[in-house]
Amino acid sequence: MTTVLESMNGVRLEVSGLWRSFGERLVIQGVSFRVDPGEIFVLMGPSGSGKSVLLKHLIGLEEPDGGEIRIENRSIQNPAVRSQYRLAMVFQSGALLSSLTVSQNVGLYLREHRIQPAKEIEQIVRHSLALVGLQGVEDQYPAELSGGMIKRAAIARALVVNPQLILYDEPTSELDPLMAAKVGDEIEKLNRRRGVTSVVVTHDRELAFRIADRIAVIQEGRILRIGAPPEIRDDPDPFLQKFLLAGGNPPQKPNHNSL
Amino acid sequence: MFQQIGEILVLGWQTLGRWRLLWRQRGKIAEQLFEIGNASLLMSCVLSLFIGGVLALQSGPVLAERGLASAIGQLVGLSMCKELAPVMMSILIAGRIGSAMAAEIGSMKVYQEIDALRTMNIDPIAYLVLPRLTAVSVALPLLVVFSILVGWLGGALVAAFNHEIGVPMAVYFSNLKQAVDSADVFNALFKSSVFALAVGLVSCQQGLSTIGGPRGIGRSVTKAVVNSIVLILVLDYFLTRMLLYLD
Repeated sequence: MTTVLESMNGVRLEVSGLWRSFGERLVIQGVSFRVDPGEIFVLMGPSGSGKSVLLKHLIGLEEPDGGEIRIENRSIQNPAVRSQYRLAMVFQSGALLSSLTVSQNVGLYLREHRIQPAKEIEQIVRHSLALVGLQGVEDQYPAELSGGMIKRAAIARALVVNPQLILYDEPTSELDPLMAAKVGDEIEKLNRRRGVTSVVVTHDRELAFRIADRIAVIQEGRILRIGAPPEIRDDPDPFLQKFLLAGGNPPQKPNHNSL
Repeated sequence: MFQQIGEILVLGWQTLGRWRLLWRQRGKIAEQLFEIGNASLLMSCVLSLFIGGVLALQSGPVLAERGLASAIGQLVGLSMCKELAPVMMSILIAGRIGSAMAAEIGSMKVYQEIDALRTMNIDPIAYLVLPRLTAVSVALPLLVVFSILVGWLGGALVAAFNHEIGVPMAVYFSNLKQAVDSADVFNALFKSSVFALAVGLVSCQQGLSTIGGPRGIGRSVTKAVVNSIVLILVLDYFLTRMLLYLD
């Protein structure tokens, strides 16, 4: 089956001088970074440091007070530009529509945009659910699924968009360690297989050091450091060391050649 | 308050601008229509039957004392048609359907489902507001016609079987037929269409502006119902003035 699920198509993302405040509170303070095509870029930081707000800016759900976000050198703040790229986001809660079944949720984008005939949508949905190891739950409602299944269904929903850029907001929060590892594996596998640019927001150090090509650490709305996992791990900055060592030594990044 | 009125008007304008998508949303409109009918039909039947009955019960003996018992058909007929059915059904819809709309859209907002729609380039107004607004605008006038008929029947039953009134059904309906004409039914349909738009827009706007978790959803539902009812009663006065003037 030639589906929209197979292509390799990551895009370049650039954020420059981004500012955002809510009332008096500055949430994002002059953040700049670049994500290369096909890269897994992890944004890490303590709770309330502005990671999720930053992620929402990257997909146009929030408007910045200042600065710019560019995708393939074109401003993402322009909805017309945004609609030319296939962007997807996996929300922290999954954000599946509670009134729809899993298969209706996963096929929602294709159905609403009439991209494929109904029969093909059904096949794509099944294929997409199989990719995240979620078969046999097509007719169940989100309320009937476990947290891990909801996260994987949300990833499947993001996949049918055939994304060029996929954003994950705390993909392993509220999951047990086994399920968190499985979701982490899915993110990594999908990225390596299909070359999708991925931005992952997390405070799960285990996940960050396992899947990231580069990590950016955010503190109080500012980027403290950007670097490869070993550079971040060995950085002598006292805040970084305190943050990273809070739950023991950060894990090593595994070798991806086996994938 | 002015900000909210502005937001309601903007939402109405934005929804109107998407009328071309009506056919595409027909499945969702049918779902909403079924939901409205399912939730309100029995209740509206009971409510209308008793409103008509009470109207006859209160006014019948007084009219009978003055030898005007046969005019009871006229009184119930016009009251139900011009005022009670449109207003009472709209209040019922505000309570049953408006609250459900605000709660559903509000919870979608709080639990990021609307954000998820936006990330998929699915327009929340076309997907959520347009079908609901269309369904309520179709269902409420139909419900009002149903309510008028049931209310008339309620009045007829009380007029016929209450020994203080004792007006046979044939006399009651003959009198009613003389008094009520198609313009009165049109008045009811016109008023209920305006009320339907008010309930739909207020409820959807409250849902879309929900913030702050389950408490926020509760606040939105309360506001949607209260604001809808206030708006129905205020609009009722001005629409009545306008219709009287046009008469």
